[in-house]
Amino acid sequence: MNTKPRLNIGAVRSSFAPWADPSAKPLVRFDQVTKRFGGETAVDAVSLDIYEGEFFALLGPSGCGKSTLMRMLAGFETPDLGRITLGGEDLAGRPPHLRPVNMMFQSYALFPHLTVAQNIAFGLRQQKKPKDEIAARVDEMLALVRLEGLAHRKPHQLSGGQKQRVALARAIAPKPRMLLLDEPLGALDRKLREETQFELMALQQRLGMTFLIVTHDQEEAMITADRIAVMRAGQLAQIGRPAEVYEAPNSRYVADFIGDVNLFEARVTEDDGDIIRLTSPEAPDGLEAIEDDEIAIGSTAWLAVRPEKMRVHLDPPPPGPNRLEGVVADIGYLGDWTTYLVELPGGRTIRAARANASRVVDRPVDWDDRVWLTFAPDSAVVLTR
Amino acid sequence: MRRGPSAFNIAAIVLGMGFLYLPIVLLVIYSFNESRLVTVWGGFSTRWYVSLLQNEQLLAAAWVTLRVAFVSATLATILGTLAALGLVRAGRFRGRTLFSSMTYAPLVMPEVILGLSLLLLFVSVGVARGFWTVMIAHTTLTLCYATVVVQARLVSFDEALEEAARDLGAPPWKAFALVTLPNIAPAVAAAWMLAFTLSLDDLVIASFTSGPGATTLPIRIYSAVRLGVSPEINAISTLLIGLVATGVIAVYLLNMRRRTAAP
Repeated sequence: MNTKPRLNIGAVRSSFAPWADPSAKPLVRFDQVTKRFGGETAVDAVSLDIYEGEFFALLGPSGCGKSTLMRMLAGFETPDLGRITLGGEDLAGRPPHLRPVNMMFQSYALFPHLTVAQNIAFGLRQQKKPKDEIAARVDEMLALVRLEGLAHRKPHQLSGGQKQRVALARAIAPKPRMLLLDEPLGALDRKLREETQFELMALQQRLGMTFLIVTHDQEEAMITADRIAVMRAGQLAQIGRPAEVYEAPNSRYVADFIGDVNLFEARVTEDDGDIIRLTSPEAPDGLEAIEDDEIAIGSTAWLAVRPEKMRVHLDPPPPGPNRLEGVVADIGYLGDWTTYLVELPGGRTIRAARANASRVVDRPVDWDDRVWLTFAPDSAVVLTR
Repeated sequence: MRRGPSAFNIAAIVLGMGFLYLPIVLLVIYSFNESRLVTVWGGFSTRWYVSLLQNEQLLAAAWVTLRVAFVSATLATILGTLAALGLVRAGRFRGRTLFSSMTYAPLVMPEVILGLSLLLLFVSVGVARGFWTVMIAHTTLTLCYATVVVQARLVSFDEALEEAARDLGAPPWKAFALVTLPNIAPAVAAAWMLAFTLSLDDLVIASFTSGPGATTLPIRIYSAVRLGVSPEINAISTLLIGLVATGVIAVYLLNMRRRTAAP
């Protein structure tokens, strides 16, 4: 019987998890795919399965190979090594126009000489669909993206948000097996971007279509995707649900790339199966974390703690593990959140964030206040790389 | 604050414009001269335009010139567009710099040299000089101009548009025809007009490469002038100026429309 304190992680969108089912067949499979440009390896032996109906995000900084991976699926780049299959069929040698995937381009790439309706109809015309069927589908698409009155506008007469919706409608209209979105919201302003993230998610649910999104914006990936693949220098650093990637990162790179994190370099002194104890010069009473995996005593590990999981105390809490002392060096007030930068005696600055749940507080934390930071053992993640 | 141009500016413009256009204006005015003497005004008349219509030599030369200009401009535009596509799209291929420099060389090469080299080529290959040799020579001359015009447009053309067309199911040739070509069409038309007018008024290269039966209008005018100027020359020159001016204005308007239509 397992009595270990299992970690129940974050918010789970639904029971949709085909990747956990070993008998499920993926829609798209990247098998050891490598792509080089000159001497640079853009994509390095990536293997990845994406399932029917999934909203999958490729997340990473620019130049990490995420766009190249997507362009190989669309057919605009050819892998140097490895295979890409769609529905079990090898895509090698198939030009872009014969692949049942459509792409929404970062620049939208709307045809400037065609109207909104003609843009949306472009893919359907190539499929040689009958005229009335094309007209019906175009109307359906215009209604879907709420652009009914703009069918006869030219792209240059549209706002940024409207262009984005035309690009989306144009890519969806031919009913592709999979929709590829290359930084789809990058050109929108913040407010519109937030709205569109939720719209995109709702749209994907409604259509039941498989979406693959490429983005450098972690918020965009976290909100929209069922699973996120974090990429680094052409390789996959971690694949998982947004909450898994955020709450259980597998490396310092992932922990640091997604959200803010405080990292403590420490030495493992004790491992009793559930709780790992570590020592660090920054924590006088030692550190403690819950970790199922065995970690060798005496090895170096990093403890990752998210700022919002740090509790800020103005009065000294009782001594014990996971207790840090410092001075408030800076306060960032964001309205909904306040971030405190606390300088430890060693000189390093730690972030602690607090939700401003009520409008008034008895005793606000001030600059140069002496504060104590604590965190629960299950709020910390032990990282070995 | 001073508004508008100063007296100096106005004087400069008047002098400059006069220097450039007075001879042409005089030529046009004297084409409507009643008198047989080119330099003596004898009243308004269109008789030289009428007699021009009966001058079969001049009309034949004009017909040759128009045909040469039409065919060579079309050929130069097609080849120039292809060259521009190669230069813009193919990325960094081996010999790209050499290719682009060689494309542009005729822009700066003296026409005499170009004409002479083509003459030597035609003689050594043993081609009889005539309509086709002038046509090929003019294609060579105007090709680089066409390339420059089309290339300027292609550089600002978002290649993602063509990718989007292919992604939506159009094979490469169809993506080019349906998306790229309509968007660069004004530049292609401008290139054709430019090539056409360049071919129309070329004397140097044509005189090297033409042969019997393929005398172009500039050659005919030049040789006629050496025998004495007839007001008919004024008349045909006026028509030529009109044609070239129309071409230049059309190119300008096409470019203007492109600029205002661009998002």
